[in-house]
Amino acid sequence: MSLLAEIRKLLRKNMRQYGMYIALAVIIIIFSISTNGDFVSSRNISNWINQTGYIAVLAVGMTLILIIRHIDISVGYLCGFIGAISAVLMTQFYLPAWAAIVLSLLLGLCIGMFGGFLVAKIGVPSFVVTLAGMLAFRGLLLLVTEGTGTIIVSDEGYNALGNGFIPELGNVGGYHLLTLLIGALTIIFCIISQIRTRHNRIQYHFEVLSVPIFVIKLVFISAIIACIDLILAGFKGISWTLVIVVAIVAIYSFILNRTPLGRHIYGVGGNPQAAELAGINVRKITFIVFASMGLLAALAGILFTARSKSATPTAGTAFEMDAIAASYVGGVSANGGIGKVTGTIVGAFVMSSLMNGMNLMGIGISYQYIIKGAILVLAVIFDIHTRKAKKMG
Amino acid sequence: MDDYILEMKDITKEFPGVRALDRVNFKVKRGEIHCLVGENGAGKSTLMNVFGGVYPFGTYSGDILLNGKICRFRNIKDSEKAGISIIHQELALIPELTVYENIYFGHEIMSGKTIDWNQTLVKAKEILKKIGCKANPVDKVKEYGVGTQQLIEIAKALSKKVRILVLDEPTAALSEADSAHLLNLLRILKTHDVTCILISHKLKEVTQVADSITILRDGKTICSMDATKQKISENEIIRNMVGREINNIYPPKIPHKLGGVSFEVKNWSAFDPAKGRKILHNVSLCVRSGEIVGIAGLMGAGRTEFALSVFGNPYEYQISGNLFVNGRKVTYHHPDRAIHDGLSYMTEDRKANGLILIQDIKQNLTISNLRRISRNRFVLNENEEVRLANEYLKDMDIKAPSIDQIVGNLSGGNQQKVSLGKSLFIEPHTLILDEPTRGIDVGAKYEIYIIMNRLVAQGMSIIMISSELPEILGMSDRIYVMSEGKITGELKTSEANEEKIMTMATAS
Repeated sequence: MSLLAEIRKLLRKNMRQYGMYIALAVIIIIFSISTNGDFVSSRNISNWINQTGYIAVLAVGMTLILIIRHIDISVGYLCGFIGAISAVLMTQFYLPAWAAIVLSLLLGLCIGMFGGFLVAKIGVPSFVVTLAGMLAFRGLLLLVTEGTGTIIVSDEGYNALGNGFIPELGNVGGYHLLTLLIGALTIIFCIISQIRTRHNRIQYHFEVLSVPIFVIKLVFISAIIACIDLILAGFKGISWTLVIVVAIVAIYSFILNRTPLGRHIYGVGGNPQAAELAGINVRKITFIVFASMGLLAALAGILFTARSKSATPTAGTAFEMDAIAASYVGGVSANGGIGKVTGTIVGAFVMSSLMNGMNLMGIGISYQYIIKGAILVLAVIFDIHTRKAKKMG
Repeated sequence: MDDYILEMKDITKEFPGVRALDRVNFKVKRGEIHCLVGENGAGKSTLMNVFGGVYPFGTYSGDILLNGKICRFRNIKDSEKAGISIIHQELALIPELTVYENIYFGHEIMSGKTIDWNQTLVKAKEILKKIGCKANPVDKVKEYGVGTQQLIEIAKALSKKVRILVLDEPTAALSEADSAHLLNLLRILKTHDVTCILISHKLKEVTQVADSITILRDGKTICSMDATKQKISENEIIRNMVGREINNIYPPKIPHKLGGVSFEVKNWSAFDPAKGRKILHNVSLCVRSGEIVGIAGLMGAGRTEFALSVFGNPYEYQISGNLFVNGRKVTYHHPDRAIHDGLSYMTEDRKANGLILIQDIKQNLTISNLRRISRNRFVLNENEEVRLANEYLKDMDIKAPSIDQIVGNLSGGNQQKVSLGKSLFIEPHTLILDEPTRGIDVGAKYEIYIIMNRLVAQGMSIIMISSELPEILGMSDRIYVMSEGKITGELKTSEANEEKIMTMATAS
């Protein structure tokens, strides 16, 4: 097979995935030009990542929910509510930050489990359960912040989750040293793991990419990591938010792609009846997915509270919609059964880049919403189109 | 001079990369029952879709002549106006609406600007009576079984003043009695000046009702035969369908070596809370290793319910009785435990309950036993998965370019093989097959029979639920007959014949 033919085949096979990366690249280029490079400045990129963090975490949980053909519209106010609880625990019960965080995460998990119980065991439609949750958490958030109004969080360790950066080892010509090191290690790790996977596949006599394409792929991946890393190192380095997002994506990606649990989730989403007869406990899977959503909503709530250094009575408004939109833009099928965590993350960054970039350009918030809406519909149309094309071929 | 109501000339229809129809000629005489037969993928459905306006004029080449005039249908509405009605395998009724609402759905009887419901009801009653359908027009459609729903579809077609009625596999899901009724109805329709085109895999039916038979193979017309002049045998049809003569539709019986009882139920009864009635009454049966046990019966006899009730009871019937697997008394609350103990069930409805159509072959094969491809219980070994999936692809002779093929794009026969492969991936000792060859072509059927014989030769036990009597007789070592939730008889195959089974199946 010639080089070009192989590239064409790869492109066609992964059209949907690559389409999204290309879209993100195009958006970045457009904003960079229209803001005279401000968009890709180290400070803005760093800011953009932190801005996206809590939505990205929510969207990861939402991806699983959407894959199994459910929806959760309660997570926005759940975020706000848990964030406020963590603030209250620190400011009124004088708990240390770590204890407040652990308790908040546990509370989120319990709430998620309760929702999961109602959906999976009792059989209440998830839209109804989470609509009720949305109303209830909004009320709870108001209740918690009633006496005090906005709760200012002064714990620096806690706030670092949303604003802080990994420690500095030293400064090399204006670059953050530890960030550079981590970047280099990541690249090496990537290359080694790719080579090992390829080697493994060859041992099994499976089809692998030809050597030139494989090298191009490695160089490309390395270049992108290096690029991001350099930009970040030029400001204050890697933020704690980024660390958390990467960890969450790694864990959830691993679960979805490499474990029986992940396969079961896709199975339930693809055809629940068939899944049940294949010995998959659909209720258990549903319960687990909602529980995980609760946990991630709590984490997102903590990230948001830390980022704004305060808990406000309106925190979390419409976060769930951003998370759902990010998932759909990221390639989750509206019919369930299909979707990837990595795609969702790209979707989240696409959506937040629009906000960030248009803010820099000085475009009003009203237009931002309209454009976001249009992008969402376009992404889903593109999705349907590519899937149809695949079916015909 | 023959009077043709329909002539399709040199119809060619191409999809990207595939020529589905290649200069097909198809002529139907006025007032006849014309059977269209061919293996799955031969182009029957495509031809009917061209005819019915699903593929509009311009997307195919060739001419459609209706009553000698060229027709150019832009959509289904156009073809319906011309008096053509197609009843698809998947019925298009709306379950929550009543029978009479369904019959006039889409072409409501109006009085002024509003629907005249009284008139609708009167007309619907007339049509139902004409076709001998006993459904009460004010009941909801969902209250009736597939057989009656099929009749309601025909009533709907008649209400549209149909001239040509196309039935795509109408009897695939019907019991023998319902099928007989339906075929009889086709003969009655003939007297009402309705021409019928019948697509069917059941060749026995075809030879019974056909006035003419057209055979398609690989998108080409192989031949058209006039059945009014001479009797056409099933073998002759099969020979033309597959291009070779299959003397035996069933592989030769090798006497199986029988082992111990691997699966047994005693006094097994079940109550379905959703239906509010008892669906199984004191069922007792057993199967030994190396044995194929057939369960015959009519649709609705409770055979599928029986299979599900022993296979982890996913629909949560209230059960009494004892279940023994390899001599051990067991109770299952979920299919996962049944699978864990080496039971496997292949559903009768591969699309709804068997396969995950949006996933690829590999994922479908392995999903019910991921432990087999896990390094430990928690991490999958994808390389091992690919290796095993390829092995199954070869063993089952699934015709697909690779294991990455999306299952929804495969033909019915290949989907069924994937479904069977999936059931076997759990390495069961007892396999329950529910209508293992429903809606698939003769060639694929034969291959599945070969696989079944190979499995029992390796010592597996197979329980085969089937509505096709020849299949029951051709494959089983022993036969149970069910009727209305009870076992009404047990026969050795050597003593059994179709009449005996039917007598038991209609007993109560």
